[in-house]
Amino acid sequence: MSEMQDYSSRLSDPHSRKFETFSYLPQMSPEGIRAQVEYICSKGWNPAVEHIEPENAFDHYWYMWKLPMFGETDVDRILAEAEACHQANPNHHVRLIGYDNYAQSQGTAMVIYRGPIKV
Amino acid sequence: MAKTYQAGVKEYRETYWMPEYRPADTDILACFKITPQPGVPREEAAAAVAAESSTGTWTTVWTDLLTDLDYYKGRAYAIEDVPGDDTCFYAFVAYPIDLFEEGSVVNVFTSLVGNVFGFKAIRALRLEDVRFPIAYVMTCGGPPHGIQVERDMLNKYGRALLGCTIKPKLGLSAKNYGRAVYECLRGGLDLTKDDENVNSQPFMRWRQRFDFVMEAIHKAERETGERKGHYLNVTAPTPDEMFKRAEHAKELGAPIIMHDYITGGFCANTGLANWCRDNGILLHIHRAMHAVLDRNPHHGIHFRVLAKILRLSGGDHLHSGTVVGKLEGDREATLGWIDIMRDSFIKEDRSRGIFFDQDWGSMPGLFPVASGGIHVWHMPALVTIFGDDACLQFGGGTLGHSWGNAAGAAANRVALEACVEDRNKNGAEGLEKRGGDVLRAAAKHSPELAAAMDTWKEIKFEFDTVDKLDVAHK
Repeated sequence: MSEMQDYSSRLSDPHSRKFETFSYLPQMSPEGIRAQVEYICSKGWNPAVEHIEPENAFDHYWYMWKLPMFGETDVDRILAEAEACHQANPNHHVRLIGYDNYAQSQGTAMVIYRGPIKV
Repeated sequence: MAKTYQAGVKEYRETYWMPEYRPADTDILACFKITPQPGVPREEAAAAVAAESSTGTWTTVWTDLLTDLDYYKGRAYAIEDVPGDDTCFYAFVAYPIDLFEEGSVVNVFTSLVGNVFGFKAIRALRLEDVRFPIAYVMTCGGPPHGIQVERDMLNKYGRALLGCTIKPKLGLSAKNYGRAVYECLRGGLDLTKDDENVNSQPFMRWRQRFDFVMEAIHKAERETGERKGHYLNVTAPTPDEMFKRAEHAKELGAPIIMHDYITGGFCANTGLANWCRDNGILLHIHRAMHAVLDRNPHHGIHFRVLAKILRLSGGDHLHSGTVVGKLEGDREATLGWIDIMRDSFIKEDRSRGIFFDQDWGSMPGLFPVASGGIHVWHMPALVTIFGDDACLQFGGGTLGHSWGNAAGAAANRVALEACVEDRNKNGAEGLEKRGGDVLRAAAKHSPELAAAMDTWKEIKFEFDTVDKLDVAHK
């Protein structure tokens, strides 16, 4: 049994802020991101990219990058859009969404590029 | 031709056994498992159940002739063997829709499971399933919000919700209780829960509990940047008191409250669900007393019927059982009533114990809640069985972590996300078998998960043999 550890989460430490699904895992590798895009396509969901300043991540509405890519199933094109959003907004969180228009909800949403945290 | 009045006792089957009847789309249909008294023919027992749960009484009365009983009566229209059990049989009964008040599960079940369950001609009686016609469904309020709205309100997508029931369930002061809530939420859980036994006892009155818990929620939200909630239990001795507590929860900005729909009663539950819809507050439903009704295979009400009652009466979450850690066979039956909670149309499927097609139309679905005796090693199985539209509640599996609640919460969150990531990548099939490797890999970057896996013993992820339900073969 390992030594007891303190849980180091602080109001004063912006690194303590999470951003929902997969934010308790390490930053995804490019292969990991590709697998998630493939999953969204396999479900028939519409991919979309959003971004925001890390300090405003609690807001429901992030900045939409262009429009959701309705009907797009080319994984490389989706990855290229996410990358383009990241290049244009290097200090932002970039979120990948799969819109499920049958459930009228988001089938999934995950931050795939993590903006640097200003302390 | 008008009938004439003849006093006396008639056999039920003369009036209520109608094998030639074809149910109307608007009929409410019920499947009963009947264990008759020795010597009572099946048709007579089935007709007696149809009569006593609708228009009949033991003798003819002259006022029968002032109405059209042939229209209003319940009709026993089919009988089937129960496979593997000769002591009982299934009887199917059709009820015309205007026997029941609109939007009232109270009224429907006062008839269907009323006096008839004490009827002497039968030894035991179980209500196995009920088909609610869409015409009746649309008269009910249903879940105040449903899965889709709750996801949007709480900003949770692409994974199950994570919860925890605060323990010990009795005896904590309000401030210490709020501490336990805060630790769970800051560690990564989405929701925590009042135990059903917690109402407003002398050691912790409801108002102080609500106040301290809401402070815990607000602080955890600021700290983690995620939306959080706690099911504030408003189950109370009287409806007035229940609504008073709900109003205070609303004033504090609580996103979700909780009710026990069987002990609290269907009338109170439907009223509270309507209040929640009006006030934008989610409603978690506990099911204390369900096992009294649904556990005996020969007598009572099957849980799939209790789940339908709740979906009509209203609730955004309902406890469903966990499958894992329980007896074989539960898996298929549980999958059946999980579908009943979540889907908009459920087909008859005897392999899951579902006797009728059920169309819910536009009525929202609700989250099944898996709670009780689960820990991180169960996560691959839970993700496989429940998918994303569920709330997974780890009580001891969070609070029992050797470093405390926050670490226990983080361990569960990491385990869930690791399983979901793997499922998205490699498919749900085989996740239970890959589960051990997935968790061990995730634990390399999460000391909290590593410690949790150390505390709770590894379980095997194999569910190869599954018991059979009663499967009709005729």
